[in-house]
This record gives sequence, structure tokens and C-alpha cells, in this order.
Amino acid sequence: MNLNLTLVGQAISFAIFVWFCMKYVWPPVIAALDERSKKIADGLEAANRASRDLELAQEHAAQLSRESKENAAEIIEQANKRANQIIDEANEQVIADGKRLREAAQVEIEQDVLRAKEALRSQVSVLAFAGAEKILGATIDEKAHSEIVEKLAKEL
Amino acid sequence: MAIESPTTSAYIQHHLQNLTFGQHPDGSWGIAHSAKAASEMGFWAIHLDTMAVSIALGVLFLWLFRMAAKKVSADTPSGLQNFVELMVEFVDGSVKETFHGKNKVIAPLALTIFVWVFLMNAMDLVPVDFLPVVANWVGVNVFGATDGHVYFKFVPTTDVNATLGMSLSVFALIIYYSIKVKGVSGFVGELTLQPFGKWMIPFNLLLEGVGLLAKPVSLALRLFGNLYAGELIFILIAVLPWGLQWALSVPWAIFHILIIVLQAFIFMMLTIVYLSMAHEEH
Repeated sequence: MNLNLTLVGQAISFAIFVWFCMKYVWPPVIAALDERSKKIADGLEAANRASRDLELAQEHAAQLSRESKENAAEIIEQANKRANQIIDEANEQVIADGKRLREAAQVEIEQDVLRAKEALRSQVSVLAFAGAEKILGATIDEKAHSEIVEKLAKEL
Repeated sequence: MAIESPTTSAYIQHHLQNLTFGQHPDGSWGIAHSAKAASEMGFWAIHLDTMAVSIALGVLFLWLFRMAAKKVSADTPSGLQNFVELMVEFVDGSVKETFHGKNKVIAPLALTIFVWVFLMNAMDLVPVDFLPVVANWVGVNVFGATDGHVYFKFVPTTDVNATLGMSLSVFALIIYYSIKVKGVSGFVGELTLQPFGKWMIPFNLLLEGVGLLAKPVSLALRLFGNLYAGELIFILIAVLPWGLQWALSVPWAIFHILIIVLQAFIFMMLTIVYLSMAHEEH
């Protein structure tokens, strides 16, 4: 247990080792550690942000789907309304058409009746003359009596 | 045992003797071939074994850590970088827990102390005769020394010079930072004006002076004492019949793993505490 120069030698080597460690070992390692912890903190923050974003996006998506459902319902309702309207219109059209056709037919029938009456009327006088001739046995002066007959015919 | 010692006590003594280089009383320089010759060399001698082993271990430590520090990246670490980061974070955590000021020296200092002292302590786990036998062989065959007179103490921290060398460096830092932070007057005031005020200056000085000087001495002797005792027990176990040695040396070595880490940690922690005290105003 002699105290000797070893003490000084140890102190010197100790000082050199500490200096070396301080200069070349400690700073890079600590810098890397700090950088990594910063990276981790950033990563965690990014993850938080991402989950928040996801939440927002989900909310947005839910809202969109709700809106589109409402839109769809509205469109369907309008379409239904429109369809009903078209059907109603068609019905009315059909009824109107029928009515018009019926009226036209009626008018034609009436005209036909009138025409038939006219034709009959014109032939009544001929028949009446023929009948009278047979009854009287003589020729009737057509000109003299046609007035009477025509009067008669008009009364028909 | 290659070094055949006539007696047990001679064997133990041989193991506790450093390889000393210095000036013989007759004026010539050389290696001491006996304990008596070594102590006659006085202060101007140097323990070659302590120096060589401690410097080798220090270089090993810095080489390993420097290698990791050069390749260090903030990405996923692996292998050596993991280990180095573990140590650095551990030391950094210990420093931050205790020391709250700003100082670039303390953390690397603490890391150096912890790893270096741990490595030096760990030499205690190398079986006590392995390296002395190698040293003896080298001494006899390379340097032509007499067989059995080559001393080689392989655990630097069992040499009080090594521990005192470190603790005195720490002591110098304590004084340096005390003066730097508090100024000369503040430091002197701290030594003289408390705990009993200015009318008891001599008594205060005695009390605080002893407290201050006790720091490096206790720091050095605690480490030295623990490791010296541990080594001594290994040597005593090695004196037992060879068939019995494992039954004692294995449990002691396992227990010693705790001691070497603990002592390295204590040396580091106390250094941090002393330096943080040097930074604090009372």
C-alpha cells in the first residue's frame, strides 16, 4: 500500500478519459437520444392528430350519408307525386277525349237523321202523287197540286 | 500454481504486491523485486500493473463507446448502440435526478467513472492466478526476471493509488466548481461562517475542513477497501485445496458481481452529489 506516482498517473489518465468521453462519446449519443425522443413525441402527436382527423372524417361521412338519404327520400317523394300527377292528367285526357268523340258522333248521327228526313221528305211527294193518281185514276196535274203536296210534305 | 510459494502467507503477500518501477536506494532505476524494495522506492515510483490495466480498460471503454457513438442514429438502435444508450441514459438519469444546474462535465464524468470503475472492478472476477501466471511467464521469459519475483496485481481498484487518484481529481473539481460558482469569498465563507456564525470561525473551519477533506478520502478508501477485501478473499479461497475452491469461489464471485457494480455506482453517485453540493449555495 505505497502511495506513489501511480496516483498522479491515474489522475492524469482519468482526466484524459473524462475529456475524451465528454468530447467524443457523450454528445453524439445524447443527441441521438434526444432526437429519438423527439421523433417519438412527434410520432405520438401525429397519431393523435390522425385519430382526430379520422373522427372528423367519420363524422363528415355520417353527415353526408344522412344528407343523401334525405335527398333520396325527397326525390322519391317528388317522383311519386309526379307520377300521380301524370296518371291524373292522363285520366282527364282520356275522359275529355271520350267526351269529344261522343259529341262528334252525336252530331254526325243528328246530321244523318236530318239527311234521311230530307230524303224521305223529297220522296213523300212522289209517293203521294203516285198514291193519289191511283186513287183518282187520273193524272193529276203535277204542277197544279205540287204546292199542296209540298205543303203537306213540309208538315211531315 | 506456477508460482510455487514456500508458505501461504508468502503466496498471499505476493498477490498483494504491485509491479513497481522506480529508483532503488542505490540510485539505479528498475523494477522492485520484493515488497521491501518497492516500499523503499518511496513516492517517486509507479505501479506498472495498475497503470497498464487501468489504461487498457479505459481505452477499451472509450473505444467501445466511441465506436457506438460514431454510428449512433436516432432510428431503431441495435447491439452495441443499445448497450451504450442504456448506460448513457442510466447515467444521465442519475445525474438529472441529483444535479439540477447546468454543467457539461458532470454527466460524461459520471459515465467515465461508472464504466471505468466497473471494468476495473470486474477484473476481480478473473481467477486470481490466471493473469499473474501469464505475467510471470512473460516476466521470466521476455524480461529475464527471477521466477516468483514478478509481481502483478491485476485489479487496479485494489491499489489505493488508483482510487485516490480518481477521488483527488473529483476533489479538485469540487474545489474548482465551488470557487467558480460561489466565488473565492463565497467558498471561504462556506468553510468558515457555518454552522456556528462568525464568532466561531476556527471551530467552523475545523468542522467544515474535515468534512471537505473527508470527501475524497472516503470516496477513495471505500472503493479500495471493498475491492481489496474482495480480492483478499479470492486469494484466501485460492489457498484452499483445489477441489474445494469452486464451492467457495463461485458463490463469492456471484456475490461479488453485485459488489463491483454497486461500488462503481456509489463512486459515481457520490461524485455527482459532491459536485452538485459544490454548485449549491447554502
